[in-house]
Amino acid sequence: MLTVWAILIDGFIYASWLFLVAAGLTVIYGVMRILNMAHGSLYALGAYAAASALGWYYAGGGSQLWMAFAILASCALLIGAISGLLIERGILRLMYGRDEILMLIVTFAILLILEDVMKLLWGTTPYFAWQPYAAMGRVEIDVLTVSGYDIMVLCLSAVIGLGLWFWLERTHTGKILRSIIHDREVSEAMGVNVRRMFTITFIIGATLGAVAGGITAPIISVVPGIGIEVIVLAFAVVVTGGLGSITGAAAGAIIVGLARATSIHTMPQFELFIIYAVMAGVLIFRPNGLFGQAIARKI
Amino acid sequence: MKHATQPGSWKRTLLSTTTAAAIASVGMLGVSATVQAEETFKVGLVTFLSGGASGPFGVPAAQAAETVIKAINAGELPPPYDTPGVNGLRLESVVVDEAGGPTQQVEEYRNLVQRQNVNAVIGYISSGDCLAVGPVAEELRTFTIAFDCGTPRMFEELDNPTYFFRTGLDAVADNVGAARYLLDLHPDVTRIAGIQQNYAWGQDSWLDFTLSMEQLMPDAEMVNNQTPQLFSGSYGSEISALQPRRPEIVHSSMWGGDMESFVSQANSRGLLGQATAILTTGESGLHRFQGQAPNGTILGGRGPFGAFMPENALSEWFNEAYEAEHGTKPSYPSSKMAQAILALKFAADNSGADGVPTSEQLASTLKGAEFESVSGTVRMALADGHQAMQDMLYGEYHYTPGEGAELRNVRSYRGECVSAPDGQNAQEWIEAGFPGAQCD
Repeated sequence: MLTVWAILIDGFIYASWLFLVAAGLTVIYGVMRILNMAHGSLYALGAYAAASALGWYYAGGGSQLWMAFAILASCALLIGAISGLLIERGILRLMYGRDEILMLIVTFAILLILEDVMKLLWGTTPYFAWQPYAAMGRVEIDVLTVSGYDIMVLCLSAVIGLGLWFWLERTHTGKILRSIIHDREVSEAMGVNVRRMFTITFIIGATLGAVAGGITAPIISVVPGIGIEVIVLAFAVVVTGGLGSITGAAAGAIIVGLARATSIHTMPQFELFIIYAVMAGVLIFRPNGLFGQAIARKI
Repeated sequence: MKHATQPGSWKRTLLSTTTAAAIASVGMLGVSATVQAEETFKVGLVTFLSGGASGPFGVPAAQAAETVIKAINAGELPPPYDTPGVNGLRLESVVVDEAGGPTQQVEEYRNLVQRQNVNAVIGYISSGDCLAVGPVAEELRTFTIAFDCGTPRMFEELDNPTYFFRTGLDAVADNVGAARYLLDLHPDVTRIAGIQQNYAWGQDSWLDFTLSMEQLMPDAEMVNNQTPQLFSGSYGSEISALQPRRPEIVHSSMWGGDMESFVSQANSRGLLGQATAILTTGESGLHRFQGQAPNGTILGGRGPFGAFMPENALSEWFNEAYEAEHGTKPSYPSSKMAQAILALKFAADNSGADGVPTSEQLASTLKGAEFESVSGTVRMALADGHQAMQDMLYGEYHYTPGEGAELRNVRSYRGECVSAPDGQNAQEWIEAGFPGAQCD
């Protein structure tokens, strides 16, 4: 029974982190049909910005947890929004209307460029901003202990998920975005400024990626390459759930999180490929993912 | 009548003088270039400059190379290396990123030797790269030193090497040493767990450790071993899986950022309150944990490197020079790079060559030799004189706010105690109960 509880707790904590990482990728693909490889770099940018700002704060004698979170959040939001704006206005805007594969290659190029930019700015030495993680303490459940920080990530992920759902389903902007998703040409004909909506969507998606990185920074060692590691995981999640679906991303994250936790607690040697085994298993029966929809191509 | 276009005598003189000067200059440049080439010994340095291994290993090693090479050229090293250059030749380096995997590294190696015409190569942190490059070094007959990689298979898979050397220990010593340290300082523990990165390095390390524990502490039970993906960063689930097993010791061969993340998370989650971690590559985190590793955490550095360096003129010089140039004390990958370059200088200075030593001269000089280094006297006593045999050390991490970190309860185990005798398979040697081991 203890193992079952451990699997559920660890699975949902990991799923919440996966959802945070994948949410921005899903929003951008859902609205813009761009499989944004640079999402991993935006995650890494958020992590580096948060880790270095927290490093300065604590090295300067700071010790207030709320202040650390304020710094972390503002750094991640700022760098995500600015990077998103620059990438969309500077590069992607010139490429709209091109084939999805070409857009994928363009975003991959952006990823490579940003990886080098980060090396130039932050070097290769790991950044380690553990203080907020340690300061959040831990909750003891029988013989298990759960980090207070992990519980906070779980809550934050739920809030972001609900916020995204509300934004897309219950707001005027959300309705416009759904109309663009449904048919871009008709939306334009009805007077929707699609380009502006694309800019807003990309900035939100990029900011979500940077926030995911910023939130993760106190848990991990921030090193070159974390963006590439994380983009592979994010793709696995969104493909399992169905590309472009927020509900699908949440479902994919939960399934992958629980499968991984089950493997760790029962067969640790299989952890390496359990995520991809789950993805393959789902795609055999639902080639478009759990919540993905087959789209008729216009000829 | 003078032709309008014909240059005057003064012009002819000026033209011919200029031409002569130009030809002479080109000639002198050519001579100069030739002299320059003859005065230089070119070494290829291969180390991770990008990717997860660059921060903790690759870049510190590259920085160490920069410090040592500069001092060698200036003749500023302590004796016996106080002569400028290598065999009187200015040491020039070509630095290459080790990222990309074994296939790319073989290409890079060929590029270094065949196009850039390096006289020797020093490098390789990844065991896979060492295994791939070794046969190519033999094929291209180029003097090569593996400075860090730890696979024990390197000389098992390379028949009769001539040009390929390793100036450090292999990973077997890490884990035999860890088991011996537990026997000495924690003889009563009965419940041991592990967490290793899920690739050959982690799996081999856990196998060597568990085999050693079966021989040295047969009553100890291996209660769990976790194998997270390389660079996964978050180890919450693994910690949850380990905690209910109530281990007293947690063995880990994780390195770099992964190791530091695990220590931080396990400490915050209380795992390292109930169990003591023994980290085979932990020395690289000595000056970075800053209280995130509990006092008493056991650290290793694959030999007398980094904070485990013995006090001698070379190590004191290296500590001071490295800290002055790079703002931090050298960790074990830095010391191992310094050692490899000193091995090159030893081989070149003692090769008897007139000018640039050949790979044959360097190899025959280093084979089976003893040379002085930052880690003390190094004996090339294994793999038929191609691999170093050195002491293995472990110690306990202690951190005092304001004063920093230090190692306590350091124990040293002779090379003959932690390394299989020459030519013997390491795992068979451990399973047979360490026959021939000299541990006193």
